[in-house]
Amino acid sequence: MPDKPDRNAIEVVNVSKIFGSGEGRVAALDAVSVSIRENEFFTLLGPSGCGKTTLLRLIAGFDFPTAGEILLYGQDIALLPPFKRPVNTVFQSYALFPHMTVADNIGFGLEMLGKPKTQIKARVAEMLKLVKMEALAGRRTSQISGGQQQRVALARALAPQPKVLLLDEPLSALDYKLRKEMQIELKRLQHETGITFIFVTHDQEEALTMSDRIAVMSSGKILQVGSPWDIYDKPAERFVADFIGETNFLTAAISEMANGKARATLKSGATIEATVAQGFQPKPNATVVVRPEHAKLTKGKGELSGTVDNIVYFGTDTHIHVHLDSGELFTVRQQNTRSAGCGFEKADKVGILIGSDAAQVLKD
Amino acid sequence: MAKNFSIKHQPGFTAIAATCFIVLYLPIIVLVIYAFNAASSTSEWGGFSLKWFQSAWQNTQVVDATLRSFQIGSIAAVLSTTFATMAALATTRTAPYPGLTFKYAAINQPLMVPEIVTGVALLIFFSRIKIFTGYSGIGYLIAAHTAFCIPFAYLPIRARLENMDLTLERAAADLYATPWKTFRRITLPLLWPGILAGLMLAFVISLDDVVITEFVKSGGQDTLPTYMLGQIRRGITPEINAISTAFLLLSVAIVTLFFFVSRKRD
Repeated sequence: MPDKPDRNAIEVVNVSKIFGSGEGRVAALDAVSVSIRENEFFTLLGPSGCGKTTLLRLIAGFDFPTAGEILLYGQDIALLPPFKRPVNTVFQSYALFPHMTVADNIGFGLEMLGKPKTQIKARVAEMLKLVKMEALAGRRTSQISGGQQQRVALARALAPQPKVLLLDEPLSALDYKLRKEMQIELKRLQHETGITFIFVTHDQEEALTMSDRIAVMSSGKILQVGSPWDIYDKPAERFVADFIGETNFLTAAISEMANGKARATLKSGATIEATVAQGFQPKPNATVVVRPEHAKLTKGKGELSGTVDNIVYFGTDTHIHVHLDSGELFTVRQQNTRSAGCGFEKADKVGILIGSDAAQVLKD
Repeated sequence: MAKNFSIKHQPGFTAIAATCFIVLYLPIIVLVIYAFNAASSTSEWGGFSLKWFQSAWQNTQVVDATLRSFQIGSIAAVLSTTFATMAALATTRTAPYPGLTFKYAAINQPLMVPEIVTGVALLIFFSRIKIFTGYSGIGYLIAAHTAFCIPFAYLPIRARLENMDLTLERAAADLYATPWKTFRRITLPLLWPGILAGLMLAFVISLDDVVITEFVKSGGQDTLPTYMLGQIRRGITPEINAISTAFLLLSVAIVTLFFFVSRKRD
């Protein structure tokens, strides 16, 4: 990961957004605080209705917080109208101006800032080149494809050199292949322009592949902020572990806690090593998570034992669902080879090996 | 029911459709034909002639009434479209609130109140103002026409605004456009076909009005329709047919023109 400077581009301090009042009162954001560093690709990830788009709208200025501060390089912008914020947005629907050409769309922001014509022209040409749309500069926006509209929307938002670029699920309307291409393209643009990107998505895979850091949101709160690796391998809460990737939940008794590590005694009686989420309070029945690819199936003895319930072939790997003797369910993901099968069959008695670095204790 | 239900295949469809078209157009066709009658009768054919068009053209009262109709129609259309645009912006660019439906109804009131009632009300109202101010010019007719044209201009403009993506205005604001610039550069150009349609409707409605004009006009303020009504009371000559024909052609021309203009804009 490249070194990021320590300056914060955006600081969200105790921001709440309440819609309605009385009985119909809904807190779309509930005292949220988060810092986004300069030159960072930061993602707000969560299911629909979690408040991620509301937070983005507050940063853009399309809505104003009920309480709290939003600082842009130390200056509170929470109550400024959108046209006074050096922040630009790429909209989910692109929102290109249908009565203007591609070039006029890209130049619109600079024109509104009152830049001289020659400067606008040069910058538009530069932007067209950046998003590889030089050939279509004179087209109407209705005469270009969805992927091209996406590039124009990006160029238009980047042209005024905003301090922060906001992206509201910009890839959701594209088909799978184009979306993959644009993910790489977005990373390249962020790297080349050096602008702080705040990206909103509900697609966990998109978040993991593109982001420097991710904030996982649910019900108007930020549950965890961290690198994709942190979020995936060291989830702090059940919601985060469940929302991102697939995972196995086991009940265990925790002992010998020290330096973020502990021993977890599973229902089967086996004891495994586990890392412990920050803020964990000792309790009798803690939850331990193990990713399906971090466990191994064996015909011999393991930390857990059970019966094969189902085998699902996925091409690159096979998922083997095991009914544990303790009554819980457990999935193991096994990489496929070309010649041999997975080596197990339905109703086989199996053991499950859990490595010393596979388990994480959740705080809830 | 048949797999591919089509009303075209229902019994009697052709006959009903043909009857409807005949009822709609036959009287107009007869009127147009007799405009070219050489005789002075509207029922007996005396050969082809353009003399009634010539006579109407040379009739200073007809020319005078036509010019007045155009003057009132164009001013009333511009004024009512301006008000309608402002009303449409105010009623669509806001979150729904209690009382909004009432405002829609208030704006559309002239569509629901019988014209005769509006006519009588304005007659009484304006006569009071006349007594106080002494003014008896064409302003009363313009004011009356502007008022009843507003809903006709409002409907297409509001429809256009409701279909417009609000994100476009948000995007403009995001790109440093002040509210006024957003209106000038984004909302207004995209709204233009709706405004043109409103303008056209208002103009045609004003041009066509008889009832309210009849009540509000002072002496010597005949518009083309009220002049024609006055003439018919004294017996019909093919001159009326000629004027009607010219009027018809003009209306069709305006509607066609605006149709093409607004289609090009899209």
